[in-house]
Amino acid sequence: MRVNTKAYGQIDVDERHRIHFPFGILGFEKLKEYLLLDALQQPFYWLQSLEVPEIAFVLINPNIFRPDYSIEVPEIELEEIGIDKEEDLLHFAIVTIPEDQAKMTANLQGPIIINKKQRLGRQSISINPKWKVRHLILEELSALRNKAC
Amino acid sequence: MLILSRKQNESIIIGDEIEISVIDIKGDQVKLGINAPKEIKVYRFEVYESIQRENKAAAMAGTVLPKLEELILGPKEEKEE
Repeated sequence: MRVNTKAYGQIDVDERHRIHFPFGILGFEKLKEYLLLDALQQPFYWLQSLEVPEIAFVLINPNIFRPDYSIEVPEIELEEIGIDKEEDLLHFAIVTIPEDQAKMTANLQGPIIINKKQRLGRQSISINPKWKVRHLILEELSALRNKAC
Repeated sequence: MLILSRKQNESIIIGDEIEISVIDIKGDQVKLGINAPKEIKVYRFEVYESIQRENKAAAMAGTVLPKLEELILGPKEEKEE
């Protein structure tokens, strides 16, 4: 399928990259169709709206900088996108990139969870109060590296 | 907006299945107990609002993604001096 993307203009992608978000994303409830793409810049991904090309989110796997992170959300939120076993689950955090990119943050409180088999996704809210809306990725990554040394 | 007065241990019922009780009142804080079917999601409003706000900020970002390695190695080199 041919799609318009915010980052790469018009591109051809396999239909299998398409993810349906039945509830949208908080603040963007009306947009329900997205495309999950590998960004050219590792380790990021793009979650591109198919309905509004200007809307796209940068995603990251939070375990890259927080190996202790896991999805702790109400059971019903998993059930609503058909997840009954862990191997069907993909999880990401939305990244906010300010002008000073070193201060980019990841939202670990509102993870994006995807049923990769049925290609259904949603934003969930973590029930663990430890996870916040803004985690400084670089700071936590270097804390992790220092611990490993 | 419907406004109701309730005392401690009193409750209200919304529809047939949602019950909200006033468990405790201390100073300016009210402790509420909520009984609802599991498909009804209950969040503190500010959590919901802050995620919405963050999503809007995230969607505004440009398309030039950071090079993680460079960002990390940059400050590290300075430390070694």
